[in-house]
Amino acid sequence: MAGKTLFDKIWDAHVVKSIEDGPNVLYIDRQFVHEVTSPQAFAGVKERGIQVFRPNQTFATPDHNIPTKDQHLPIQEELSRMQVATLAKNCEDFGVTQFGLGHPYNGIVHVVGPELGITQPGMTIVCGDSHTSTHGAFGAIAFGIGTSEVEMCLSTQCIMQPKPKKMRINVEGTLKPGVTSKDIALYIIAKLTTGGGTGYFVEFAGSTIRSLSMEARMTLCNMSIELGARGGMIAPDEVTIEYVKGREYAPKGEAWNKAVAYWRSLPTDTDAVFDKEYTYKAEEIDPMITYGTNPGMGVAITGNIPSLDSIDKASHKTYLKSLEYMGFAPGEKMIGKKVDYVFVGSCTNGRIEDLRMFADAIKGKKKASNVIAWIVPGSRQVEKQAKEEGLIEILEAAGFELRQPGCSACLAMNDDKIPAGMVAVATSNRNFEGRQGPGARTLLASPLTAAAAAISGVITDPRSIN
Amino acid sequence: MPIEKFVTLESTYIPLPIENVDTDQIIPARFLKATTKEGFGKNLFCDWRYEKDGSPKKDFVLNDPTYSGEILVAGKNFGSGSSREHAAWAIAGYGFKVVVSSYFADIFRNNSLNNGVLPVVVSEPFLNKLFECVEKDPKTKLKVDLEKQSITNLATGDTESFEINSYKKNCLLNGYDDIDFLLSIKPEIEAYEKQTVKF
Ligand code: SF4
Repeated sequence: MAGKTLFDKIWDAHVVKSIEDGPNVLYIDRQFVHEVTSPQAFAGVKERGIQVFRPNQTFATPDHNIPTKDQHLPIQEELSRMQVATLAKNCEDFGVTQFGLGHPYNGIVHVVGPELGITQPGMTIVCGDSHTSTHGAFGAIAFGIGTSEVEMCLSTQCIMQPKPKKMRINVEGTLKPGVTSKDIALYIIAKLTTGGGTGYFVEFAGSTIRSLSMEARMTLCNMSIELGARGGMIAPDEVTIEYVKGREYAPKGEAWNKAVAYWRSLPTDTDAVFDKEYTYKAEEIDPMITYGTNPGMGVAITGNIPSLDSIDKASHKTYLKSLEYMGFAPGEKMIGKKVDYVFVGSCTNGRIEDLRMFADAIKGKKKASNVIAWIVPGSRQVEKQAKEEGLIEILEAAGFELRQPGCSACLAMNDDKIPAGMVAVATSNRNFEGRQGPGARTLLASPLTAAAAAISGVITDPRSIN
Repeated sequence: MPIEKFVTLESTYIPLPIENVDTDQIIPARFLKATTKEGFGKNLFCDWRYEKDGSPKKDFVLNDPTYSGEILVAGKNFGSGSSREHAAWAIAGYGFKVVVSSYFADIFRNNSLNNGVLPVVVSEPFLNKLFECVEKDPKTKLKVDLEKQSITNLATGDTESFEINSYKKNCLLNGYDDIDFLLSIKPEIEAYEKQTVKF
């Protein structure tokens, strides 16, 4: 019999029941909850007159709707204030731990879970948010669910899921300087398209992946959803174990030793078989940037927007509509395009390493006067660390300001909206029409490429600024 | 909560021949601040449907009285992007019972089913034919039969079968949902918890 994959091992250990020709009843170890996709689920639980089944396996934090300035004041906008208040009330009513606004652990749900050690290898993790795939970086099965499933999980700690197919994406070799895991993600999505992973759960493997830090792994797994995949994951190794060790919610003492022994048994067996497998060379990846309205529309920063004859005829209409929205034309080069906004943050690139990377690149330089920049930490803990490491001074000396944590301009549910027609280089994960505000034009890139744009005011190869 | 039963549907359809329609287009993020499931239908495809001042955009298909029906026929890869179930509430709230495309994003497909909207995957040629037919005759009808798992273009008589797992099919045919089922197997869930190791 063929060996098992990392995914199989975790999945199979969590099946409570399988329904013939139907989904599995999958047991969920941890559920994360935020204010936007949970109110209707809590309301459903209340309507049924039941309790949250396992409140101590559920953790909540408001993030999507919150302002990134003056968080000590009441939230100005009424609907946002109400959603945040509803989350607090629901958590209190049902005994769920909440890291509310102003709490030292508040932040973006996918930044908070890992930094507190709530996210651990071998777990099943869900949240009503597609970028739950971030937690897969620890060798966990983590994926986004809809509000009905949030309600299922609150009610029974289980959800109904068909087992997805398995894909492995290998990246081998050494990355060139100036290339980050964000570029790996954008490169793979450009190759496979935003539908390339539909129906699959992806394991990222290979020497390049193993050489990545935990935070870089999170960036990559975060973006796996933009492939259309159910989620992405990376086998736990010493880097993972070292990262989890000693964190607030990590196992301690004898339990730690047992946990580590279990985690070490999780990596994919050498004779395991995947439904699909791709391999890429690290040396072929350049800093990437998107030019269109889905994350698959990306090119090397030195490249050009694809000409019309390189696009499948049936897709011409969609392609031109997308470029028209962006204000670009087929065949144009990316370098030198004017930039109005730079956004550094989100659950993709809002962790301390990202801020460090950005600060390092802009150190001793000045922000371009035509650029408005929003630098938003992923959590209060990230903010605190940025202060302790003196990053704030570096940012301020260059004309940048560090805001307070939250999702911010990633989806612009709060006041951080990019005005219509403006071009923003963003380290977030989605460049859909209107994602960063009605009419906003988003170019996805790494924190390094964002830094290069912020100091030059135009799209610039990050390798040329040092 | 119980969903509406679905057995068969014969209806005209509304064409949306755009590929990769993501959930941000289906329901923009600024409408996600509600704390109930009601009222999302009127904001379905909001930014394509309305001018800034709130008046309807003439050239958007939902504002074109030529087209009507309880079926939405959309280009390839419908519902990608955010996991927001609000997208399914908006589709259901508008009054669609079926969405047809050649490809759906996984989460959207699940969310639709959980809200009594049936996603039907058809082949590209079948889909293209649907766009052609409705352009020629906006009164073209589609017939969807869940029991038989078949979809028929009544203009051409072409029929395709579609996939749906038998569990979900039963849920829709009978109008019950996953939570009812999960609550009924709680003892098994508790037994599972007892036999697993926790760190
Ligand atoms: S930062 Fe963006 S992608 Fe991440 S959870 Fe917030 S809104 Fe979603």
